[in-house]
Amino acid sequence: MAVHWSALGEVTAVSIGATVAVAVVFTLGVRSTLAYQDAKDGGRTSAAALAGAALCFLACAAAVAYGLYLIIPQFHD
Amino acid sequence: MGAAAVVGGEERPAEGDQAGAGGQAGPGTDLRAASAGRGRAYATRGRVRRPSGASVVASAAAVRWSTGCMSHVTFLLVMVIITALAFDFTNGFHDTANAMATSIATGALPPRVAVLVSAVLNVVGALLSTAVAKTISGGIVDDGLVTLGMIFAGLVGAILWNLFTWLLGLPSSSSHALIGGLVGAAWVGAGQKAVNFDEVLEKIIIPAFAAPVVAGIAAALATYLAYRLSGRADEESVTKGFRSGQIGSASLVSLAHGTNDAQKTMGVITLSLISAGALSTGAGPPTWVILTSGLAIGLGTYLGGWRIIRTLGRGLADIHSPQGFSAETASATVILSSAHLGFALSTTQVCSGSIIGSGLGRRGSEVRWSTAGRMVIAWLVTLPAAGLVGGAASAVVVHGGTAGTVVVAVVAVAAAGVIYLLSRRSPVTADNVNDSRTVTVNPQPAAAGS
Repeated sequence: MAVHWSALGEVTAVSIGATVAVAVVFTLGVRSTLAYQDAKDGGRTSAAALAGAALCFLACAAAVAYGLYLIIPQFHD
Repeated sequence: MGAAAVVGGEERPAEGDQAGAGGQAGPGTDLRAASAGRGRAYATRGRVRRPSGASVVASAAAVRWSTGCMSHVTFLLVMVIITALAFDFTNGFHDTANAMATSIATGALPPRVAVLVSAVLNVVGALLSTAVAKTISGGIVDDGLVTLGMIFAGLVGAILWNLFTWLLGLPSSSSHALIGGLVGAAWVGAGQKAVNFDEVLEKIIIPAFAAPVVAGIAAALATYLAYRLSGRADEESVTKGFRSGQIGSASLVSLAHGTNDAQKTMGVITLSLISAGALSTGAGPPTWVILTSGLAIGLGTYLGGWRIIRTLGRGLADIHSPQGFSAETASATVILSSAHLGFALSTTQVCSGSIIGSGLGRRGSEVRWSTAGRMVIAWLVTLPAAGLVGGAASAVVVHGGTAGTVVVAVVAVAAAGVIYLLSRRSPVTADNVNDSRTVTVNPQPAAAGS
C-alpha cells in the first residue's frame, strides 16, 4: 500500500494557501468598501477605495469562477 | 475488477440451473462459492429469478419505468433501486448542514431560503455530473463478488446509520455510512476477500483524519486574518459584507456536494442494472436514473436535516459571519483541491473541521469540545456501525432469498419509522433551529404544543 503523502501535502498546502488568500482579499474588499462609504458620508469620494474594493471582489469572483470550472466536468473534459 | 466484470451475457444460461436448484440456504452457499470462483455475480440472479409472487409484482412495477428491459427487472433489483434512492434522500438531508449550517446560524440566509438554494444547487450538480463512478465503492469492495442482495443490505445499513445519527443531531459522513454498509454486507456475504482493506485505509481512514484537520487549520488562519484585517471597522457593516460572501462560498459547497454525492447513487443503480442485465456493460446511467437520483438528493436537502444544522451551526461554536465565511471558503477549497488531486473526502468531516477551526480563530469564541467530541466518536463509529447493520442484513438476504429481502425491508422501514417518531418528540425545524445549541432525544412523548 502506498500512501500518497506528497499528494496529501499538496492538498494541504493548496487548501490552506487558497483559503487564506481568498479570505484576505475578501476582507480587504470589505474594508475598502467601508472606507469608500466613510468617505462618501464625509462628502468626499475616494476613487482609490472604490477601485480597491472592485479589484478585491473581482479577484474573489475569479476564484469562484475557477471553483465552478473545477466542479463542472463539462468545462474540462 | 470493474463494473464490467459483474456482468456478461455468457452467464445467462446458468440462471435456469440455479432457479431449478431452488436457491435455498444450502445451495445458496454453494452458489456463492461458485460465483466467487469465477468472480461473477450471477448467484443473486439465480436466486431472485425464482418464480414467485414477488417477481410478478416486480414485473408489474417494471412496466412503469422501462419497457425495453422489462424481462431483467426482478424484485431484488426493484428493492436495490428503491433503497438506493432512499439512501440518496437521507444523504441529502444529512448533508444540508455542511453547506448551509453557518449561513443559517449567522443569518446570511433565512433557514427556508438556505435549504431551497442548497437543494436547487444539489439537483443542478447532480444533472451536471453524469460521469458515473465505474465501481460501486471506488474499488473498496470487489464488484465481481458483490451481488444485488449485498448491495441492498449495504444500503440498508447506510440508511439506518444516517437516520440514527440524524436523530442524535450528529454530523457523520454519509459516504462513510455507504462504504461501511457495503463493506459489512460484502464481508458477510462473500467473505473477507471481497473487501480491499488496503483501499479502506488509504482512501477512507487516512483522509478521514487529515481532511478535518487541514480544513480546520485553513479556516482558523482565515478567520484570524479576517478579524485582524477588518480590525477597527464598524462591526455591523463588516458583518453585512461577510454575509454576502458566505452565500457565495456556501453555494459552491452545495454544488460540489451535488456533483459528488448524487453520482454515488447513480453509480450504484447503474451498476445494479448492468449486473441484472438490464443495461449493457459499460453503459452510462439512463436518463431516469439521473433524474430520480438528482431529485431524491434535492428533496432530501430541501427537507433539511434541521437537527444536524443546529449542531453544526450553533452547537460546535458561536459563529459570526466572518467565521462563517472563512469556514465555508476553507470547506470549498479543501473539497475542490482534494477532488482535483484524486482524494475522496467526506464533505461532512471537512465542513465540521472548518467550523471548529473558525471557532478557534476568533478571539473570545469558544469551541464546545464536548459536542465536538461526540461528533468525532460518531465519525469513528460510522464505518463499523453501518458495516454491522449491513453485515447482519446481508446474512439475512443471502441466506433467506426473497423472503429474507422482504424481512430486511420490513425491519428497516419499521426502524426508520421508530427513529422518525422519536424525532417528533423533540422536533427541530426551520422555526426553532437557531433557538438552542443542543439536539435532545426525548424518550417520553413531547408535551402538547411542542
